[in-house]
Amino acid sequence: MKTRRVAIIGVGHSKFGERQDVNVKELAFESIKEALNDAGVTPKDIPYLSVGSIGVWYEEPLPAVAIAEYSGMSGAGLYKVEAACATGSAAIHTAYSAIASGYVDLALVVGVEKMREVDTLTAMELMGRAGSYLWEFENFGLTFPGYYALYATAHMNRFGSTEEDLALVAVKAHGYGAMNPLAHLRREISVEDVLSSHVIAWPLKLYDCCPISDGSAAAVLASEEKVRELGIDTPVWITGIGMSSGTGTLSYREDYVGLEATVKASKQAYRMAGVTPSDVEVAEVHDCFTIAEILAYEDLGFCGKGEGHKLVREGQTEVGGKIPVNLDGGLKSKGHPIGATGVSMMVELTKQLREEVEPRSRQAPLKKYIALAHNVGGTGHYCYVTILRR
Amino acid sequence: MSEMPTIRSRKLEITYNIPISRTLKFWEGLKEGKIYASKCRKCGKLYFPPVADCGNCYSSDMDWVELSGEGEVEAFTHIIVRPVSFQEHPPYTVAIARLKEGVKALAWITGVKKKDVRIGMKVKLVPRITEDGRLTYEFKPMRE
Repeated sequence: MKTRRVAIIGVGHSKFGERQDVNVKELAFESIKEALNDAGVTPKDIPYLSVGSIGVWYEEPLPAVAIAEYSGMSGAGLYKVEAACATGSAAIHTAYSAIASGYVDLALVVGVEKMREVDTLTAMELMGRAGSYLWEFENFGLTFPGYYALYATAHMNRFGSTEEDLALVAVKAHGYGAMNPLAHLRREISVEDVLSSHVIAWPLKLYDCCPISDGSAAAVLASEEKVRELGIDTPVWITGIGMSSGTGTLSYREDYVGLEATVKASKQAYRMAGVTPSDVEVAEVHDCFTIAEILAYEDLGFCGKGEGHKLVREGQTEVGGKIPVNLDGGLKSKGHPIGATGVSMMVELTKQLREEVEPRSRQAPLKKYIALAHNVGGTGHYCYVTILRR
Repeated sequence: MSEMPTIRSRKLEITYNIPISRTLKFWEGLKEGKIYASKCRKCGKLYFPPVADCGNCYSSDMDWVELSGEGEVEAFTHIIVRPVSFQEHPPYTVAIARLKEGVKALAWITGVKKKDVRIGMKVKLVPRITEDGRLTYEFKPMRE
């Protein structure tokens, strides 16, 4: 297949957290403005706008229209993209495809979510219903922490991972999140804090779960011709994208110790980029719950099946380790405004690859300049793996 | 929630009327104390939860097969923090078990202390009609 190269040329990121100081349009504007400035383009230059958002927890049913209007881009080609918690990566994929195919030369992607306009238990209900409503929510009230807790008990039983191992993932995330000025939860925690926090869905406790966050992130994507025309000095190229999916109904799955969608999407992305897991020097993985990060290590091939908890025990996923993961605090500490998360991963990795991460203590050491973003929707209902290279 | 100034939106209450005509045998079966799976007459694939159309071979010619309900737990969780529409329920335990017939089921497990639920335990899936008249099913521990 003959396609054109596509680069990320500008990124923007709002403060994540409880953002009741802004509505969804104002929140999206924050990251859009920064991304356009970073790329050196104006809203009038943008022919194609892809908005990643779930909605339902905020008042606007057609957020793409509202955001395009507010940010001065009405008239651009426009849509809203949904792929559950992988929405941001899906929105990136649509813009990537439009440029790679030659349809447009420049595109803006914004991922945004405002989840705190409803109360916590209503947000939990709306998330819990997403999966297989009739067979898993209607009579059984399964929640998102519950989905991943099923995987946690199966993994612990099969491979001997422990609640302490899960806690180590949270401790690492909070360590980096505390350094990230844009993170929702900016405080270091201990294993004891995690173990003594109240149970949400056993064995997952409060500190095993990402917070419910508001936030936005944006990226400007361009063709190689446009990169040259604009004189961009540090384009970050999208060299591989893999996408896959899994059943909505969990009882149709073969087992509960890994996400098949991650395995499939990552193989596709590695093949397209012509790299192997050991080439990746910094990664963002989907740690909506601590167990999810351990599953991701294994399913992405950073270690063998059943060895994910050993990687975190040995500190191999910290700066200086074999493969530094989630140096921005991850979903766990940075926050997980659902539609924004995938785009936020691209923002972080673009900054990592440009070596402009602040503070410097959370910059990954780079030789090959290869980064990977892993974004899961639901419990492997969707998966996108994106490989970036400077 | 927040101390920031906000406008409270108009209230909207939504419920859905979910069609069950094409899997009615399953829902009627629950009232008779039976748990049915659907089986594709063309390719033989067994489905639980049941379906009316086979996603494997695209046939819509389905047979109904009564399940023994006997199975073994593969994963479970105790849901302590419940969503808004389950607030009236005390915390509940959700399990996935593989049934003798090869299909898996997800349901609450009842009649056992939380601390005694474990992977590998033998359970039986049985129909239940809730106090408010909903048709459902649940796992009960089997004596070994």
